[in-house]
Amino acid sequence: MARARGELASPRRGRASTAGGLALAVLPVGFLTLFFAWPVVAIIRLGFSEGGVDTALFESQTWRLAAFTVAQAAASTAVAVLAGLPVAYLLARVKLRGVGVVRTLVLVPFVLPTVVVGLAFKALWPGGGVFTIVLANAFFNVAVVARTVGGLWAHLDRRAEDAARALGASRGRAFTSVTLPALLPAIASAAAVVFLFCATSFGVVLMLGGSRLRTLETEIYLRTVNLLDLSGAAALSLVQLAAVVAALLVGAGARRRKETAARLRARTETARRPEGGEWWVVAAAAGVLGLLLTPIVALLVRSVSTREGWSLDGYRALAGQGADGTLNVSGWDAAVNSLRTATDATMLALIIGILAAVVLVSLRRSPQRGARVTGEVMDAAMMLPLGVSAVTIGFGYLVTLGQLPGDLRTSPLLVPFAQALVIVPLIIRMVLPVLRSIDERLRQAAATLGASPARVWREVDLPLAARSLAAAAAFGYVVALGEFGATSFLARPDAPTLPVAIGSLVSRPGELNNQMAYAACALLMLVTMLVAAVVDRLRAANAQVGEF
Amino acid sequence: MRSLRAVAALTLAGTLTAGCTLFSAGDQEESGPVTVTIATHESWSVPQQVLDAFRDQTGIRINVHKEGDAGELTNKLVLTKDDPIADVAFGVDSTFASRALAEGVFEPYTSPEGDRGPQRYSIDPQNRLSAVDVGDVCVNIDTEWFAERELAEPTSLDDLTDSRYRDLLVVENAATSSPGLAFLLGTIASYGEDGWQDYWSKLKDNGVLVVSGWTEAYTQEFSGSSGQGDRPIVVSYASSPAAELGDDGQPRTKALLDTCYRQVEYAGVLAGGSQTSEAGKVVDFLLSQQFQSTVAENMFVYPARAGVALPAHWERVAPQPEEPATLPGERVESGREEWIKQWRALVEN
Repeated sequence: MARARGELASPRRGRASTAGGLALAVLPVGFLTLFFAWPVVAIIRLGFSEGGVDTALFESQTWRLAAFTVAQAAASTAVAVLAGLPVAYLLARVKLRGVGVVRTLVLVPFVLPTVVVGLAFKALWPGGGVFTIVLANAFFNVAVVARTVGGLWAHLDRRAEDAARALGASRGRAFTSVTLPALLPAIASAAAVVFLFCATSFGVVLMLGGSRLRTLETEIYLRTVNLLDLSGAAALSLVQLAAVVAALLVGAGARRRKETAARLRARTETARRPEGGEWWVVAAAAGVLGLLLTPIVALLVRSVSTREGWSLDGYRALAGQGADGTLNVSGWDAAVNSLRTATDATMLALIIGILAAVVLVSLRRSPQRGARVTGEVMDAAMMLPLGVSAVTIGFGYLVTLGQLPGDLRTSPLLVPFAQALVIVPLIIRMVLPVLRSIDERLRQAAATLGASPARVWREVDLPLAARSLAAAAAFGYVVALGEFGATSFLARPDAPTLPVAIGSLVSRPGELNNQMAYAACALLMLVTMLVAAVVDRLRAANAQVGEF
Repeated sequence: MRSLRAVAALTLAGTLTAGCTLFSAGDQEESGPVTVTIATHESWSVPQQVLDAFRDQTGIRINVHKEGDAGELTNKLVLTKDDPIADVAFGVDSTFASRALAEGVFEPYTSPEGDRGPQRYSIDPQNRLSAVDVGDVCVNIDTEWFAERELAEPTSLDDLTDSRYRDLLVVENAATSSPGLAFLLGTIASYGEDGWQDYWSKLKDNGVLVVSGWTEAYTQEFSGSSGQGDRPIVVSYASSPAAELGDDGQPRTKALLDTCYRQVEYAGVLAGGSQTSEAGKVVDFLLSQQFQSTVAENMFVYPARAGVALPAHWERVAPQPEEPATLPGERVESGREEWIKQWRALVEN
């Protein structure tokens, strides 16, 4: 495919578009360098300057931690993918009442603060251990799989599958030989993201692992924050980075081998009422939803049960600032802060993510091998923020950002920036499979007819990708709404987001604070669902515009 | 190049819209007052009216930055000592104070408010740190639980190793939790550097449950809180019972005052900050009667200043322990890491 393209395009145009692509790359690469690479390198260098990194690197404990980290992340990823695929099918292919509600509902786990989910899982499975860590990690990430894979699946042309069936293939055979290969890039994308989230999940492991099960992430946190053992933390960060890069390379390899240009269709043409064996998949999806709802329902029940029986006190308290003024603002104000911060972060991340995705696709289409390799490297680099310890990045900010004008270390701008760092990789992973699947012949036809690269992008790529973009924006927004780790350390006390407020409430004694924390969780879920529903509705409304 | 122009327009539009919501977030940057930034821990909680009143009196607006728990705050201050993130820091506690002092994070400042109480907890002859509040980490029990089972309440650390109280105690991990560390230090203060490991072996044999942090221990495992867990004995604070009042105004829990370890929280002027004289006034404010009278109700700690009244019901339900255990700061500083290491080897295996 690539070689054929190279022959078609004139060499001059190839170089020009590569140069244009590099210009577009300035913003994403600059953002990543400033807010990710520089702080991380600085804090690791500080660790090296203290010495002893090599000793820490070769302790047997380090390798045990690395092995456990990778193993639990791999297991969690497998569970999330297995659970996510039937849901993705449901979202993409099934025309039944209530699918829209499901689409909104699966996003809820993603926004819940880890401390609250940790408490819910401990209540449901008091034994704890590896099993609950894997389940909790998967719980958070089913949405990533369902949304990323579902996004592509909804647009796959159903006729290839039907043709296989007409030629005598069984339903299963048609799926494995026609549909699955087309979905693989999206599955690999989702798996990579989920793996990174699980490999660096912190609160879940800390709470459910007791004191015995530890990962690189929790150990980096401990050594940085509690022991100020920067050389030990630097050594562990390097190991974590190595593991993450290895995982990304494996993922990139899988994507490269399997990627094919698929014919994309509108969802309205591909969704239909399930028939025959398809009902089993729908049942499986329903089962997954039931499991996802269990901790959520447990939280809702918790929000209305007190020592004296059922009560709505927690919900009433949302109008106030908690018992004894735990918060500086009311629960509602915190919700508004959340919406505002998430808007900023999503806009920032969309700009950076779309630019990066466009650059990545054009590099990949480039006839020059060097450009394609650059594209691969940049693709992996854009994912790294998900794989590096938040505490490494946070402490890195302290030692680097002070050197920039306007002391960003204490600026309210830092919250959206940090959230954007988390969202950008998600947006890229959601938009890229669709952009890459766009049939090159469409673009070539447009170019042959005299369209400039920008016009090709506007007339061909944008309409085809519009819905994935909207989906990515919604997902990014939801992630920003729920982001807790970075936000909790960066948000100012007079402007806490809802997850931060929940964190403060749950860490205070007193029944009212606790009730209010759980009520605030319910509010967070509600806000999430409303936002997701509104975006989905908007997406459906402008479907005609971007129809294909 | 049209694509570039489109990108520029997109970027500009995005930045402007993002800017809109950010600026409307209300920075309250009045032209008049000077702003002093205070770095503190995540338990900081002060009524806005108190901060507003201070601003009106002095023209100094306090800009608050929470930087994790006491340990994280201290470590961040150490990391940024050449280019401090704030003018004042509050919340470095006696567990971490010697690290901050050894690294030269604070500069000397003797507050005129200091002789009215706070300096009774002084740890530094140069007055680089002023005590603001005192928190006591104590074993808490669910009194109803013991009453229902007609089991005598434990009263001392020794009792916790008694087989009558098997599988009843939940504590926080000393490596990841600040009350957990305080409790470990309390056992070291009580049983000495030769005896504490033996004590912990007995606790372990008696079924102590170690969880990662306070929230989990208190709100989930402890039977006396709203979570209604299984264990009636928990490591928490002397002040915690004040939050667990029943409808009759009687506390459902009790702190065992012979099991306490004292953590003093300090404030100081950061060396190399830009507004040293205003920073001093903020330290004065933290030691003032006005501020001190808010700390009990808002941060669940006791005021360091002598003669500040506690909330009425505190005297009854959450009295301050009179003779809590303590360890000298330097001893904590030199021993902490090794102790945590030994403790982890002991309980995590």
